[in-house]
Parts: sequence; structure tokens; C-alpha cells
Amino acid sequence: MLKYWKEFFRKHGIALSLFLLVSVGFWIFMMIVLPQAFMLDFSFRANVPPPQWGSEAHHYTTEHYRYMLYGSAQSTDSYNFVDLSVFARTIVAAIFVTLIDLALCYPVAYYLAHVSRGGWSRLMVMALVVPFWVNELLRAFAFKIMFGSSGIVNNSLLWLGLIDQPYDFIRNGVALWSGLSYAYILLMIFPIYNAVESLDKNQIEAARDLGSPWWRIHKRVVIPHAKPGITSGCTMVFMLTAGALAVPQILGGPSSLWFTQIIYQAFNQAGNWARGSAYAIILLSACILFVLIVMRVFKVKLGEIAR
Amino acid sequence: MSADVHLEDIWIRFGDFVAAREVDIHIKGGEFFSFLGPSGCGKTTILRAVSGFLEPSQGRVLIGGRDMAGIGPNKRPTALIFQNLALFPLMTVWENITFALEVKGVGKAQRRKIADELLELIALAGQGDKMVGELSGGQKQRVAIARALAAEPDVLLLDEPLSALDLKLRQHMRTELRAIQQRVGITFIYITHDQGEALTMSDHVAVMSQGVVEQVADGNTIYNRPESAFVASFVGENNLFAGEVSEVGEEFVVVKTPSGSLRARHGKRADAGQLAVGDDAFVFVRPESLKFANGESFDNRISAHIRQQEFEGNFWQVFCTVAGSSKQIKLSMINDGRTTGHDSGEEVTLGFDADLAVALPHGELAAE
Repeated sequence: MLKYWKEFFRKHGIALSLFLLVSVGFWIFMMIVLPQAFMLDFSFRANVPPPQWGSEAHHYTTEHYRYMLYGSAQSTDSYNFVDLSVFARTIVAAIFVTLIDLALCYPVAYYLAHVSRGGWSRLMVMALVVPFWVNELLRAFAFKIMFGSSGIVNNSLLWLGLIDQPYDFIRNGVALWSGLSYAYILLMIFPIYNAVESLDKNQIEAARDLGSPWWRIHKRVVIPHAKPGITSGCTMVFMLTAGALAVPQILGGPSSLWFTQIIYQAFNQAGNWARGSAYAIILLSACILFVLIVMRVFKVKLGEIAR
Repeated sequence: MSADVHLEDIWIRFGDFVAAREVDIHIKGGEFFSFLGPSGCGKTTILRAVSGFLEPSQGRVLIGGRDMAGIGPNKRPTALIFQNLALFPLMTVWENITFALEVKGVGKAQRRKIADELLELIALAGQGDKMVGELSGGQKQRVAIARALAAEPDVLLLDEPLSALDLKLRQHMRTELRAIQQRVGITFIYITHDQGEALTMSDHVAVMSQGVVEQVADGNTIYNRPESAFVASFVGENNLFAGEVSEVGEEFVVVKTPSGSLRARHGKRADAGQLAVGDDAFVFVRPESLKFANGESFDNRISAHIRQQEFEGNFWQVFCTVAGSSKQIKLSMINDGRTTGHDSGEEVTLGFDADLAVALPHGELAAE
């Protein structure tokens, strides 16, 4: 270990070495460890106003976690169905959004990587990227207008005669799901594109030459090769969707609350930072757990995702 | 099962570029057939047309008498061995080998059994559970062959599969490939830019240049009786004398060159016009057909002086300059144990008989 550091200092010189160590250390400690540690600490403390922080009243407690489960700090008679169902719905919806993105992106990524040629494929990548220069809120509002009762979608469907009165896309969650799927779609496309693109074309041709129909080529050759990219894309889309706030706020119907909105309410409306922290920690843990399970099921190592 | 492959007047165009023109070849079932040519001559394009990865712009590919138009590579009775082998790195060796059977829906136990038999055939018994990455270059080569054979093709197509191997392994694999071909008895179509490979393994060789098949014949004929200037200059080494035809006989022509008038055999090609007096022509003489005259009588004699010589053990390579010009020629002489070298600058007379030289119409030459 000591040898490693000596080598490190010798290679980069004292000034650069110190800069690297300090900046990386600052990043990890100030940006990642410290905020999360505060959140964790807060989540296990009683909810008191800031002047009393550090005082006797600011004692350790698990009441916020119990509140998430039972809807009350004392009683354990009934479960907190409101928060629990929002939590479950958020996770399930995030899974579906991830699957929708995967279903959309895999074919596109494959097409970009192995079917389209040169200029055309660059043009398509541009077409994918440029819309994301537009602010996320603007995009969400655009969806809201599009899916509104007199929006272009309803008007087109009415004009085509497929429906005879406007369909409430917002109340039924269609707008939300579409908006969320669109919000993070690039984070699905590019990891898959990178993975698929690195596959030797000859492998595909070899499988084809050996008699394989197209679906088996994907099942046996392309998808196994692209698995790290697929997992990487799914992980990011799932995490970000489950943790999204702006899009659910704008596109969510009156009855479909997103779990992040409950956390937001706890912090900003109820003034209950402790409960907000506890809920945030619960969401974070659930997401990490979910990702770890998925990685275990699909036999992908963490290192492969990072590639 | 082996099948005839008939390429019927095939043209392949990519936009304005013609990758193959007027290719008309009949490959007999069970034959080891090679396409030989420099890179970019269109040989791989032809192979892709046979395997089905591209459709000829014009003409037909017939395999076993059946027109292959509109039949995809996964439906053709061919199996292709890729230049980089294209083994599946995420599958075990045995899964690689039996991929074609997996596609056909053969059960796992049966596949495993067939894989073990094929592993035996390629001398890799017991290595089926390894991953492809754990094998050496030569072993991968053999796995690629087994994988193609497991598909039970009527025609095996090989796209320079040996080019990535080192010399020794390459020579070994030549023998092995030929042996496997004779054992399984199916048609092999082999693509190479290496004349050694083409000449040693093949029953017939098609020499290609710029999308055109220059000559189709067995290796001996290709080497000894080239029918075009390109074939003569591409296959083996040749001394080249450019000149003008001054006399045309039944079997021989005389070409007037700066190194003297040389008598040489007509290099006939059925479809090409014969040489006539006044035509531009090339005379080709192999280094091993050139001799030191030493008073013996030869049809052709050339005065020269020795510039340099190299001793290779079994051969002397002697480089000479023709007297009165800067023309370089090369002579190869077997060392039978009694030969001695010559001094640089020594004046010598070289000779060769007319039947060992060939006169061909002026034409495109292989790049050095």
C-alpha cells in the first residue's frame, strides 16, 4: 500500500498528487458521504425545530420509519396504506417505465449500431440528442399540453373517429408514464448502443450463416454481449424514474402521487425534515436493493456495468 | 453430401464500382477450390455471394443445381469460416460447435454427444467446457472448422482463415485442412491471397484481379502455364522482358526486347486473341528456368554480369544485370553440394529454352 502511494507521488509529482487527492477526497466526502450521513442521522432523530437541534429533545428514535409502516408513531394497529401504496406504486411504475424504455431502446440501439450507415446513423443520434437540449420542465409541460383534453393527441384521435369523447390521459397515468419514459430514454439508448456497437458484425453473420433465425441471434449472441449495457441502462433509468420529482409533479394526475412527492411534502410543506429523510433513505435503500437483485438474477457484475 | 457450385456469369456492383465482372466458374462437388488474388480483387465478394450475404447484381449462383436467388445465408447449404473466425466468446467450446444443431432444435444431450465426437475429430477431446478465450490460435481455428462442419454443409466456405496464424502453424493447418476436406468429402471454397496455400491445397485455383477471373486451372498449370500477364507476375517469381512480337510460329513466337530477341512458347488463352506480329508482348522466364550457359546450347542467350548473390542453403539466388542495360534479372540455382558462387561483376551468359518461357499479350501486372 505504502509502495503504491510512493509510486503515485513519484509519477504525478507532489503538487498534482495533492491536488488529485484533495479534490477527489473533497468530492467523495462533501458531495456524497456527508449529505447522506446527515440524512441518515436526521432520519433517526425526533422532529424538532432547528433551534433545538443538538438539544435533549433532538434524541434518537425510529418513529419515522415506524410511521412509514404504521401511519402513527405509537400505535401498530393498522398499516400506513396511503404511503405504502404510493411507495409500491412508484416502484412498480418505475419498473414498467424501465421496461418500456428497454423495449423502445434496444431495437433503436441495434439499428443505429448495426443496420444504419454512416451519415444516416449520425443524423439519428442527433435527432435523439437535440430534443434533450430543451429544459426538462418544458418537455414535461409540452407533454401535458399534448395529452390534455383538447391536446393534439385527443384531437387526432377524435378526428380519426377512434374515440368519441376526449380521453383523460392525465388522470389515467398515460401522460405520466410517457413523460417519464421520455425523460430518461437517452440513458437507456446510449449504454445499449455502446455495448451493441462493440459486437463484431461477423458474430451476427456467423450465427446467421449457421442457420439461426433473427430472434435467436439476438437471444444467443447480441443480448448476452450487450447485457452489461442493458443492465447499466436499466439501472440508471430505474433509479432516476423512481427518484423523479418534476415530471410526476407536472404530469401526474390528481390521484396518482409519486413517492418523491411525499418526501417533498414532508420537507417543504409539513416541515418534517426527519420524516422526509427517513422516507428518502427508504427509497434509496429500496432502489439499491432492487438493482442488486436484478444484477444477481442476470449475473452481471458491478465492474461490467461501469465499462 | 457435397454439391457442385456453379457461378453463372456473375456481376457484382457497388454503385459505380464493379467488384466482380463476368465470373463464370463451375466447381465440382467434393473439390477443394481456391480463389487466389491480391486484396481488393473481389474474391471475398464472390464468397459472400455464394454464402448469401449479398446478391449478385447479375447472374446466378447455383448450389447442387438449385438457384440460390432469394435464399438467405441461414437457408443455404453452405457454412462460412470467417477470417477472424467469429467464434462466440460468451459460449463454451462445445456450445459454439453445436450452435447450428441448437438452431435445428436438437436436444442438449444429443448435442453434447455430437460435440464430443467433433472435438475428437479436431484433436481437442475433453476441452468442450472451456471458454473460447482460453484456447490458442490453432485450437480456435479447429473449433471454427468443427462449428462449420456441425452444420453439415454441402459446401464449406473459408475466408482466409489462416492469415492470422504464425507461419509454422499456418503450414501445419494447410495439411490439416486438406486432410479434413478429404475425410468429409464436401466441397471447399477457399479464399486466399497466399499462393502457397492455394497451390498446396487446391484441386483447382481461380486467379482473380480487379474483379475478373484471369485463369482457372490446377496449381501446376497455373504455375507452369500462366495464361495472362497478371497470373504470370502474381504467382511465383518471374523475370519479365517487355517487347514487340517480330515473328509468330505455330507453337512459338519471337519477341524483340531490349535484352535481345527472345523465343518463347505461346501463352494461349482460348478466349483471348493470339499474338500477332507487331503486338506488344511480355516474355516471362522463371528464375529456376534460367541457367548459366557454359557453352551448352540454348534457344535464348543473354549476356549479363553478376550484381549480387544470396546463398540460401538449398538454393543460390543470383541477381544479374543484362549487358548494355540496367535490366535486372534473377536466376535460382539448386545447390547440389558441388556448386560454387560467382564473383560480383563477373561476365556470364545466361540461357533458357523456348518451351520454358512464355510469351503473353501486354497486360496488367501484379503489384510488387
